[in-house]
Amino acid sequence: MSDRVTHLDCEEPLLVAEGLTKFYGPRMGCRDVSFELYEGEVLAIVGESGSGKSTLLQLLSSQLEADAGHVLYRMRDGVTRNLAKLDEAERRFLFRTDWGFVHQDAAQGLRMSVSAGANVGERLMAVGQRHYGNIRQSAAQWLERVEIDTARIDDAPRTFSGGMRQRLQIARNLVTEPRLVFMDEPTGGLDVSVQARLLDLLNRLVHELGLAVVIVTHDLGVARLLSHRMLVMKDGRAIETGLTDQVLDDPREPYTQLLVSSILPA
Amino acid sequence: MSEILRLANVSKTFTMHLQGGIRLPVVNGAAFTVHPGECVVLSGPSGTGKSSILKMIFGSYRCDEGRIVLTHDRRVTDIATAGPRNILALRRKSVGYVTQFLRAVPRVPAIDIVAAPLEADGVAAEAARSKAADMLSRLNLPERLWSLPPATFSGGEQQRVNIARGFQPERPLLLLDEPTASLDAVNRAIVVDLIQQKKKSGIGIVAIVHDDDVRAAIADTLVDVTTFSKAAADHDR
Repeated sequence: MSDRVTHLDCEEPLLVAEGLTKFYGPRMGCRDVSFELYEGEVLAIVGESGSGKSTLLQLLSSQLEADAGHVLYRMRDGVTRNLAKLDEAERRFLFRTDWGFVHQDAAQGLRMSVSAGANVGERLMAVGQRHYGNIRQSAAQWLERVEIDTARIDDAPRTFSGGMRQRLQIARNLVTEPRLVFMDEPTGGLDVSVQARLLDLLNRLVHELGLAVVIVTHDLGVARLLSHRMLVMKDGRAIETGLTDQVLDDPREPYTQLLVSSILPA
Repeated sequence: MSEILRLANVSKTFTMHLQGGIRLPVVNGAAFTVHPGECVVLSGPSGTGKSSILKMIFGSYRCDEGRIVLTHDRRVTDIATAGPRNILALRRKSVGYVTQFLRAVPRVPAIDIVAAPLEADGVAAEAARSKAADMLSRLNLPERLWSLPPATFSGGEQQRVNIARGFQPERPLLLLDEPTASLDAVNRAIVVDLIQQKKKSGIGIVAIVHDDDVRAAIADTLVDVTTFSKAAADHDR
């Protein structure tokens, strides 16, 4: 684990987005978005519904093809590649090993009818692990790490609460030790107390594992807690970027000032 | 000894777009230096920009004009123009900041909040917790509170958790925003003691302190911020 932390000082970005643009008919989903992400860095993409933040996430994670611009990614072998030029097998490999994707709706990221243990173990099998005992043991360790009682290892996530499902989805994503995890409103739709627990867990795991994360959220509190840097989206454009506390404490753009001033104090 | 921090001609104005673009000049031409082992206290009434200056040094407020030059490990960085990654690196190695209020993850026990920055610095979990425990006892936080999240603590208790957290990591420059504001006399004296120790070990400090006794006890240099805020108002006219 400690050897991963040293990557923080690595000067080559892990991911580079350049001029990402996506049209939906005449409507603009995402317009000319560029940024760099380094290993161990958490970037929050914030904005209201329809601002283009989910489109951007899909473009970054190769789930959507850009109309213009590209995404460069430094693969595990150190070679930086244009994601649009990867073949299907290479892209699948990224998805199964080096990347994670945490959906807002856990049902989208899990297989609801197979056991919790299998949900975690499946990712290991996808990268070639075959030894049942080892896989089950890793799965159990990961359940523990995300605070799921290992006695539930053979239960299907259908029988889990919303918070447990979300934690299981996180375990499933992290078991292959990805370097980059995309998260789409990971705490959305959860009760506040469940949300707090999940945030605490995410915060610890992200820092322990030195993960790079791109997290889409409309919750500025979540962004403040988890992210180092922030990108504010409006009408498909990145209108303001900077250190998270800088953007939240000293917002410069009118729209960012509006977002920040609209938070209800608890 | 040469300085660790030098502010030159630092200026900042807020533009409030939601209030019709009204401009709020904060400071203009702020300038001072901090040497290792020196405590610079920013003085002046509320609203003269003291906290804004601290935040610009920490990089959480942007600096419109001027230079904020930090020298550490023979590396010279102008915080006023440094990019996010540079500023994050400075926070990991060079600049500590004890904020006025505790901002913590819900659900996390006080002792873990205090230990977290040490762990982030690479201290092993057990050692970090034991150091955190030492610090909390030193600050007289009852042990029965250590395992509880501080959300329900009193103002003084929260502030002590915050101080324990902020004073732990070793950074050559420490920014203090009213560290004793909600403390009783006994705990105030303990914090003054902690600050003296930091100074002795060569740490440079920029502090905002309203308590006269605390200020007299820790300040080597007073910087009157009123001149900078007046200059800002005049400049904007």
